[in-house]
Amino acid sequence: MSDYVIEMLNITKRFPGIVANDNITLQLKKGEVHALLGENGAGKSTLMSVLFGLYQPEEGCIKKNGEVVKINDPNDANALHIGMVHQHFKLVECFSVLDNIILGVEPNKMGFLQKKEARAKVLELSEKYGLKVDPDALIEDISVGMQQRVEILKMLYRENEILIFDEPTAVLTPQEIDELMEIMRGFKAEGKSILFITHKLNEIMAVADRCTVLRKGKYMGTVNVADTTKEELSKMMVGRNVNFKVDKCDCKPGETVFKAEHVTVPSKLHKKNAVNDVSLEVRAGEIVCLAGIEGNGQTEFVQGITGLTKMSSGRIELLGKDITNASIREKSIMGISHIPEDRHKHGLVLDYSLEQNMVLQQYWEPQFQHNGFIKQQAVREYAEKLIDQFDVRSGQGPITTVRSMSGGNQQKAIIAREISKDPKLLIAVQPTRGLDVGAIEYIHKQLVKERDEGKAVLLVSLELDEVMNVSDRILVMYEGEIVGEFDPKTVTVQELGLYMAGAKRQDENNSKKEEA
Amino acid sequence: MKNYFKSKGFITVLASVISIVVGLLIGFILLIVFNPAYAVGGLGSIISKGFSSSDKFAKVLYQAAPLIMTGLSVGFAFKTGLFNIGATGQYTVGAFMALVFGIQFQMPWWVCLIAAMIGGAIWGFIPGICKALFNVNEVITSIMFNWLGLFMVNLLLNNMPVMLADHWGASNKDRTAALASANPSAIIPKLGLNELLHSNYMNISIFIAIIIAVVIYIILEKRTFGYELKACGFNKDASIYAGINAKRNIVLSMVISGALAGIGGGIYYLSGTAQYTIVKSLLAMGFNGIPVALLGASSPIGIIFAALFISYIQVGGEALQPEYAKEIIDIIIAVIIYLSAFSLLVKNILGKFIKTDTSNVNAEDKAVTPPEPVPAKPAEVAPTEEKGGNE
Repeated sequence: MSDYVIEMLNITKRFPGIVANDNITLQLKKGEVHALLGENGAGKSTLMSVLFGLYQPEEGCIKKNGEVVKINDPNDANALHIGMVHQHFKLVECFSVLDNIILGVEPNKMGFLQKKEARAKVLELSEKYGLKVDPDALIEDISVGMQQRVEILKMLYRENEILIFDEPTAVLTPQEIDELMEIMRGFKAEGKSILFITHKLNEIMAVADRCTVLRKGKYMGTVNVADTTKEELSKMMVGRNVNFKVDKCDCKPGETVFKAEHVTVPSKLHKKNAVNDVSLEVRAGEIVCLAGIEGNGQTEFVQGITGLTKMSSGRIELLGKDITNASIREKSIMGISHIPEDRHKHGLVLDYSLEQNMVLQQYWEPQFQHNGFIKQQAVREYAEKLIDQFDVRSGQGPITTVRSMSGGNQQKAIIAREISKDPKLLIAVQPTRGLDVGAIEYIHKQLVKERDEGKAVLLVSLELDEVMNVSDRILVMYEGEIVGEFDPKTVTVQELGLYMAGAKRQDENNSKKEEA
Repeated sequence: MKNYFKSKGFITVLASVISIVVGLLIGFILLIVFNPAYAVGGLGSIISKGFSSSDKFAKVLYQAAPLIMTGLSVGFAFKTGLFNIGATGQYTVGAFMALVFGIQFQMPWWVCLIAAMIGGAIWGFIPGICKALFNVNEVITSIMFNWLGLFMVNLLLNNMPVMLADHWGASNKDRTAALASANPSAIIPKLGLNELLHSNYMNISIFIAIIIAVVIYIILEKRTFGYELKACGFNKDASIYAGINAKRNIVLSMVISGALAGIGGGIYYLSGTAQYTIVKSLLAMGFNGIPVALLGASSPIGIIFAALFISYIQVGGEALQPEYAKEIIDIIIAVIIYLSAFSLLVKNILGKFIKTDTSNVNAEDKAVTPPEPVPAKPAEVAPTEEKGGNE
């Protein structure tokens, strides 16, 4: 009998032009939380896809309890009690929670569904592990955190013993992350084994027993988390020392660049307003951060001021000019750059090449077209310049289809494009979401550089580390209103948390409302 | 040379050839099932009839021209993210407009062709504006407009005595007048091509269609307008984010798509050899644009070859009569076309066997097939480092 429930020995997986996994060994003990750490593109997801049967490795073998097994597809993985929560959930939006959990293993008698038993089992599991869900709610109506709990219940319902979590915290609020950590500890106590893919070092330190590090497809080693530090891990992952603290000088705010007055945006989800009477100013040379828990109106506020959705009232100004009714293109010409929250939905045309994406807002400018004909050569040169300057990595350079690029490089491409437009106001919504420490460090540097060049930066972030490190001024949003303004040098994370959760609010912001 | 066989273009062409061969084989099996005695001759006829005489070859070109136009209509809309299933309605209205200007108003052929284009454009505009303003699915509206177009044209023709053949000395009332007797100047010029190929079918319409296909190619691949249209087709949200007027582009895309089908109707009925017959079924030429667009991977240049191929098979199929019933011939042709459309699937399978040389796709690609991107295949085998099984 082997010590390990799952062993992946000397796995090598090649794709055209790249070795995604180069001789990687991963051994998972029974009842441990094993973290898999690596930058974007280090080969973590590929390795997990091999374990889950989505890819076949060219070399190496997989053993379960010491015996070699062949995993051809996810059904084989399931039969070996391997379950996975994917980074992007695989749920049927218009089905109920219960329907999603039993999907594929529906209990039935002669073809008739037996939901009663299933419901009892789901409720029991949900009780046992503290995974609160409403079995009858539709997936499209519930929060991301609850959707993740549904995915976890799916694994438990199938009696999986080896649970893979692919970057589970990327979509969660700080509170939900704590809950998830607690749930993972519960699983561990039960004797289940967990593979936890992440690039957030704090989480590894908090919950993992051992950690395997990959870098650029190569195996860097496995360490006991108790014997290591964050700094050491990040060095193993990136290959150099990473600066967690953002270096920046004091901010010297200049004139007001952007001003929003009494902005109200209706919600798409409910009848109330998503953004309620928000006023704020961003000055040249400062980074203003809009902090808050997801779903408190930050997204809608940015969509309102950039023109992606309509504001129901309020006015906005750029450098003293009223731009309330300006079109998206006019705003872009006047100097607003926007790094959107959802890079796949808004930021990129995934089936276009990298160079085509680099000129997404500027293709019509005389620089890139003549009498309506696109100047291919000028576009190519511009793209090459940006790729070089911002170190955007891709398989085929400017002609790479963006869909095939890694998330971090897609984000770098957007940042390159938006910053190179030389904006007056840079709006960045969760610019580091889902990226690794190396890329985060880089993006933070870029934001600070823009600020130092006298640009106004409006940053929307859910990550408290980012909020505290990067911003010059913090505005906390709660339920569509700004409930407090802080200086990052004087406020504590705990204090911010109270405002973000709605437990406290500064009076001057809402005194008018209470009077009325 | 080694690189050549690994290029994407080579795989695309190879995939099409394999699909067509498989289609022919299954067609051959059907021929054996229905009438074994003539099966071998029948297959020979399908394969070689189009080249058997200059007259048949002219007929291939004659039918290919409107097919290119309806194929372009469907393919153009595909590229911009719309499914224009209304090509047949736009084709019908275009044909009607061409004939009205030719017979009723006695206009020259090029005026008739412009009228056909406008007619088709209007028939595309209405579903387009419904989609843009009210988000009504263009598939539903354009299907309705197929029938609206057909019956409106029939109703109008029944009430326009000058348009019908009996007004011009012929005996039948159920079809429009032959242009030769009504207005010879409305017939598309033949420029001596008919004598060259010894065929009445031959005129310059195939060249008109090819020129339009090249223009569409330039619009889509070289111009900012095409860049905008394709961006809207691939990702509407991102194009709105980029400041592109997506609603205007949806309408324009449907207008252009309709205009292309309208021209198709025009060039077919202005050939002088066709008369519009008042019947209660939709014209197949419009629907055949869909397999043409699929087979040509929506690329304008690909569509030219796809239309020629399908036209060629049809001419070969017609020669199967009377040994085979007309419906059986249609089935056989359909099977061949259907399997030809599998070329995308075959291409993916081939792609797994022949590892594409990604570093060297530029130069050779263009020589063999029109450049990518092929739309509507999100599941492209694009295994990159981090994406894994996420999508």
